[in-house]
Amino acid sequence: MDQATFIAELREIVKPYAKNQEALAQISLSTDFINDLKINSANLVDVVLDVEEKYDIVIQNEEMERMLNVQAAMDIVNAKLQEK
Amino acid sequence: MHNRVVITGLGVVAPNGIGVAAFREAIKNGISGIRYEEQLAALQFSCQIGGRPPLEEAMLRPYFDELELKQLKASGIIYGVMAGMEAWADAGLPLLQEASPDWDSGTVFGTGTSGVDKFREAVYKLDELQVRRLGSTAVTQTMASGISAFLGGKLGLGNQVTTNSSACTTGAESLLMAYERVKYGHAKRMLAGSTSDSGPYIWGGFDAMKVSTFRHNDRPEAGSRPMSASASGIVPGSGAGALLLESLESALERKAIIYAEVLGGNINSGGQRNGGSMTAPNSEAVQRCITDALIQAGVKAEAIDLINGHLTATGKDAEEVKNWSAALGRSGADFPYLNALKSQIGHCLGASGSIELVAAVLQLKEGFIFPNINCEDLHPDILEYVAPERIPRQLLYKDLHLVAKASFGFGDVNACVILKKYPQP
Repeated sequence: MDQATFIAELREIVKPYAKNQEALAQISLSTDFINDLKINSANLVDVVLDVEEKYDIVIQNEEMERMLNVQAAMDIVNAKLQEK
Repeated sequence: MHNRVVITGLGVVAPNGIGVAAFREAIKNGISGIRYEEQLAALQFSCQIGGRPPLEEAMLRPYFDELELKQLKASGIIYGVMAGMEAWADAGLPLLQEASPDWDSGTVFGTGTSGVDKFREAVYKLDELQVRRLGSTAVTQTMASGISAFLGGKLGLGNQVTTNSSACTTGAESLLMAYERVKYGHAKRMLAGSTSDSGPYIWGGFDAMKVSTFRHNDRPEAGSRPMSASASGIVPGSGAGALLLESLESALERKAIIYAEVLGGNINSGGQRNGGSMTAPNSEAVQRCITDALIQAGVKAEAIDLINGHLTATGKDAEEVKNWSAALGRSGADFPYLNALKSQIGHCLGASGSIELVAAVLQLKEGFIFPNINCEDLHPDILEYVAPERIPRQLLYKDLHLVAKASFGFGDVNACVILKKYPQP
């Protein structure tokens, strides 16, 4: 999946969780979920569940731990999609 | 020197009215909030009627953000947050956006059981080996203190934030716990209240116990019949009530509107002895609760103008009236006025005490007695203690000075609250 498509789709997924809507509008590969978007850390599991549902994949605990920014999310999702 | 404690804000989400204005109109006009429940019928309940606040999504928007609306399945938390925030705003208190919490304000906001629909969803996922898919709110929506935690965050409360639970006594107990905290100077303001979920997963146990009526599925509005000879059980209800308690000093300083003064009250238990059990009250304990409430409040039995009873529409109503009569030493035409809000909204379980207290406070402040509905055939055992004209079937306008409100709950627990009119120019 290309970067622009993924970022656009991820923006919609994280929208309800992001407390900083300005940072959300500027979302890029380097955006950090907690530090930039101000997502409550407890909600990171909800983001992961929504990503799993969107792409019909399963993300493991170790992957979840490092899925803290857009770049990591894209790497994990792309890897999973290629396995399919 | 202890603080005098007054009520400066009200909020309510009831089956017959959402918000104080709608609720006031409904109770004055004897409007029933009981409806036929298709879901209960589909699940083969004996009792297929219930009381559920008629909420629409748009009403939730002022209270919850998009994420909360996406995740919230706990109806009791929704009702409690709406009622609690209404009471806060009604008291003229601001929603602070500051970083520092309001150290002087807290809440005791009770519930019987919380988030049963969320719990059900979580249990199904667990059994399907999907524990990882519960999401982040399975705990916060099902912990008993979910409601006080939600309110604490929304209002920025920095004093005690807790949830009490004592079955159907919960609401009256929450008010007395909040009262003590303000009385003894531990807080300036405490939000008291209680809430109860809607629906089959909270009401099913009562259906199984056969305490819910099965005789009125075809006439829902006539189903909840406290004090009636044809009463045949509770109609389950749901919702939330909230009352903002504040030291008189703080209320006067803020120039707040004062609804009533909390003179005091009593909480006790019958110990499941002498006729008391897990599900039935020990009459001696009920009478003691009432007499001790009067002593604690410093008022005489003959001064009580109105009783807002627990009166659930089971066979226990006559016993309750007998206990009031014995405790107050009053009967016949000398019995105080008596009314039962459950005739209009059913038995809202953990929320009942708080919703009924909101009704009691409105009557005291505004000088009316809401009509008892569905008791045109008063039970003869009740008429032994109370003259029929003391159980108004029509709206009465009366200047009221003292109101007694009691709630009783499973576990043989009791609470009685004494409220006094606060004259304000």
